Amino acid sequence: MTADPVQHTPTPIRVRSVGTRLERVDGLEKVTGRAGYAVEHGADDGFDGALVAWLVTSTVARGRVTSVDTAAAAAHDGVVAVLDHTSAPRLADTDDGELAILQDPQVHFRGQVVALVLAETAESAREAASLVEVSYDVEEHEAELTEEAATYRPDSVNPAFDTDSDTGDVDAALAEAAVVVDEEYRTPHEHNNPMEPHATTAVWRSDGDGEVLDLVDSTQAVHGVASTLAPMLGLEQDQVRVRAPYVGGGFGSKGQPHAHVVAAALAARHVSPRPVRLAVTRQQMFALTGYRTATISRMRLGADADGRLTAIEHRVFEQSSKVKEFAEQTAVPTRMLYAAPNRRTSHRLAMLDVAVPSWMRAPGEMPGVFAHEVAMDELAQACGLDPVELRLRNEPDVDPETGNPWNNRRLPECLHRGAERFGWAGRPAEARATLEGDWWVGTGMAAATYPAYRQGGNAARVTALDGGRYAVAIGAVDIGTGARTVLTQIAADALEVGTDAVDLEVGDTRLPSASVAGGSSGTASWGSTIVAAAQAFRERHGDDPGAGAEVLAEAADDPLGTDVAFHSFGAVFAEARVHRRTGEVRVPRLFGVYSVGRVVNPVTAHSQLVGGLVMGLSAALFEESWRDARFGHVVTQDLASYHVAAHADVRDVDAEWLEESDDAFSPMGARGIGEIGIVGTAAAVVNAAHHATGVRVRSLPVTADHFLGGR
Amino acid sequence: MRAAEYVRASSAEEAVGLVAGNPDAAFLGGGTNLVDHLKLGVARPDLLVDVRRLPFGGVEQQDGPDGPVLRIGAGVPNSDLAADPVVRGRLPVLARALLAGASGQIRHQATTGGNLLQRTRCVYFQDVTTPCNKREPGSGCSAAGGYGRYNAILGASETCVATHPSDLAVALAALDAVVVTLGTDGERRVPMADLHRLPEDAPERDTTLAHGELVTAVEVPLTDVARRSTYTKVRDRASYAFALVSVAAALDLDGDTVREVRLAWGGVAHKPWRARRAEEALTGAVLDEAGIEAAVAAELSDAVTDDQTAYKVPMLTGATVQTLLDLAAEETA
Ligand SMILES: Cc1cc2nc3c(=O)[nH]c(=O)nc-3n(C[C@H](O)[C@H](O)[C@H](O)COP(=O)(O)OP(=O)(O)OC[C@H]3O[C@@H](n4cnc5c(N)ncnc54)[C@H](O)[C@@H]3O)c2cc1C
Repeated sequence: MTADPVQHTPTPIRVRSVGTRLERVDGLEKVTGRAGYAVEHGADDGFDGALVAWLVTSTVARGRVTSVDTAAAAAHDGVVAVLDHTSAPRLADTDDGELAILQDPQVHFRGQVVALVLAETAESAREAASLVEVSYDVEEHEAELTEEAATYRPDSVNPAFDTDSDTGDVDAALAEAAVVVDEEYRTPHEHNNPMEPHATTAVWRSDGDGEVLDLVDSTQAVHGVASTLAPMLGLEQDQVRVRAPYVGGGFGSKGQPHAHVVAAALAARHVSPRPVRLAVTRQQMFALTGYRTATISRMRLGADADGRLTAIEHRVFEQSSKVKEFAEQTAVPTRMLYAAPNRRTSHRLAMLDVAVPSWMRAPGEMPGVFAHEVAMDELAQACGLDPVELRLRNEPDVDPETGNPWNNRRLPECLHRGAERFGWAGRPAEARATLEGDWWVGTGMAAATYPAYRQGGNAARVTALDGGRYAVAIGAVDIGTGARTVLTQIAADALEVGTDAVDLEVGDTRLPSASVAGGSSGTASWGSTIVAAAQAFRERHGDDPGAGAEVLAEAADDPLGTDVAFHSFGAVFAEARVHRRTGEVRVPRLFGVYSVGRVVNPVTAHSQLVGGLVMGLSAALFEESWRDARFGHVVTQDLASYHVAAHADVRDVDAEWLEESDDAFSPMGARGIGEIGIVGTAAAVVNAAHHATGVRVRSLPVTADHFLGGR
Repeated sequence: MRAAEYVRASSAEEAVGLVAGNPDAAFLGGGTNLVDHLKLGVARPDLLVDVRRLPFGGVEQQDGPDGPVLRIGAGVPNSDLAADPVVRGRLPVLARALLAGASGQIRHQATTGGNLLQRTRCVYFQDVTTPCNKREPGSGCSAAGGYGRYNAILGASETCVATHPSDLAVALAALDAVVVTLGTDGERRVPMADLHRLPEDAPERDTTLAHGELVTAVEVPLTDVARRSTYTKVRDRASYAFALVSVAAALDLDGDTVREVRLAWGGVAHKPWRARRAEEALTGAVLDEAGIEAAVAAELSDAVTDDQTAYKVPMLTGATVQTLLDLAAEETA
């Protein structure tokens, strides 16, 4: 295990299981309730007699804690300890303002952790938490995003893109353009809301050589948790073990550890050697576990009379938390989606006394492509062009921003195929043309795109077992996507054995290092590494290895280091119905066609793409975290008031993909599929609602009141 | 853990005695609302008196002094009530209102009594970190000037702009139901219209019932007009959402002319809103879109709206037009 990994350049695999419908390898454990999630670990896993930690969060948005009266809480039945900023163990590194909790009296946003209670049961802990009396020196806070307040220019936008871009002369081009669209588009704050709340089980153990922090965490990146926490706790990374055997969704909100993980680690240190369980409540998730910032997009499009774009300008105003910066890359996809000689984009932030925003499925692409693709619909209307045709006319030959050639940009095929399968042809050119019963009916479409990423920092180990079986290990996390299943398929094909000859191990920092399940990069990054390890293994040990033969390898290829633009594309088509008297909006049909490289498993891929479409539908129609600026927190902080799509909203939703293999990108031919389904979907719905009613909605969600003249 | 005593009452009288005698006691029905409030800290009773299994009776037809009534025991689950053949056949508005509410699981668990006495869903009422006069009298109203999409437009006061969330209650208001209660002074019969109250300066009180007064049954007159009745619930999400506005209506036509109409609205006030002014305007007139719009406008002449609730006026107008025209079409079909 200590040997350095072999550097191996993977070559395309011969697909046998890849591309077939292998059922989820962990399906049985999940449906029978045997799969243990983050706080479902007890004595069997070394977490005997765990205490329950409950967070106490601030009820002011900005100020200082002047005192924490813990007497009543400490005296409560079953309570073992109450920690606040005066009594919690010290952190070695407090640079990360979101994570450095319980170290000082500052309150940076409403809902921040200001104390925690440790008790024998969840009931005791919760009740005692309500008995902790926190007093504050309250300071004025600012919690409202406005265009005027968004003046701060970040150094870069997530993850490392240029903040601004400027090519050609946008103003001159707009002045000369035959057709101009100049509008503002808004998206609200949105919360990821995975089914499983953020949760951690933690224990400090001292083995022979010192302390080890042992965590089972609901995370998208076990190694990421360890590398973030270790320096904060004054530990070496190998002193933090993190396991994530099963994770009930994340959508980006578990991509990085949030404050509750630090809270669990501090709490467990305080009561060591007793373990601690901490589950964030749904309400607390609205302040503590990340969210998508609201965005304001000022779009200006200029085109000639034929709809050929001459200028694209996308200026973004959004917000972040003063305590930690996160700049959503909202205008970044605008730099590559369409051709235009003159282009300008910018991002400005309002830095507010609010909870820390973070990754939520397709950060940047989701709100940015919404704005761009509604604007394109308005342009099509202004030019008297079919919206599909407008997109086809603006296909760039090369990546507009870099000049790099596309690696197989197949947006036109997605558009053609989507139009055909959806039945786009024959759609009335005019809006508000079809009334069926009491419902206005319309159709709309939008393009989708998502960059193809492969992350560094991955290694995989292949070990020969008895009887022709192989153990394949990588510290990747299956957050419910089906990663366990598809990595088993990839490993089997790379080793040229059946899937039942592969024992795949994931979700543990004791396994070779792996990158985050995020950025739609998991399958490509981990899969390429597994292929590298399997091929290196065969090279070294042949087809008939003795048990115990082993290779640890990294993939030495780097497609993103080449001068080629790798992106996935898609086209989304929606039918919307709007009730002529009540304004209610329903979406009976939603269909996407995607070019995502080779699909490793049609079952899990279909779930990801349809799941993305459903989440996009949900954002289009319902999702809104309503922050009350007077208080500074989101008041729609449960699933009865923060609406996500329910079964009755999800009617005929389907996705298809083009048959292809992107061998230049990964040895499986796969790119990524986790996020593209949410991109463009809300725009397609908004455009369909406009086609149905003639009412142009430029802000999400598209609720009934927009169609009643009452908003 | 906060200890609360739990008692399963063996009789209605015992339940009333236990709760009436203790200001910190509460009846427990299906618990789908009260247990949430316990977790959120919105309610902090020290004694829970479970009344779900009391012998309140099921759903039965009886002869009342003014004709047949359907008597519904307070413990009847929402799902059973919605499935009752008499309800479905003779009181369709009731079945449809129930089925438009909550989810299958919640309807199985929720009781008739508990449904009527469920409390507002105002987000500030449910968030103990914010002021709320209903939860903590005198602390202020956060909803006025805050998140207002579900706020009242009729009968609100400076102290409270909350709406009553029950769909069932709206249907019962249209049907002239009577709520039968048992208190320390014995049995009382409260017309639905008088059960819930407007907030005025005491928003902490949702109803006219005394503390410890137990709902034992609901009686619904089985009238002819109720046979042609329906419920329209308007919401962004197609299911599992509270009403933005809702309409319970019953209609009896003589040709094109309205012989009798019943109209009650949900989502607009602190109580189910029986739209008597609109009923008056419609009765005896030819039923058409313009007439319905005028009748709704008459009822809404006192409505107070703001940026966030202005939509409720056209939405309610549209929903009422739709509901009555649908009923008329049903009648002629
Ligand atoms: C997510 C969600 C969505 C929902 N959506 C809807 C919806 O769309 N439409 C809708 O109408 N409702 C909806 N509900 C509310 C649901 O209908 C109510 O929670 C339920 O009807 C309450 O009944 P229960 O028996 O569980 O009451 P409990 O929770 O037991 O009690 C509620 C209140 O009534 C009192 N009480 C109970 N029984 C009696 C009695 N016999 N006499 C006097 N007082 C009594 C209790 O003390 C308590 O104050 C929803 C609830 C949830 C959680």
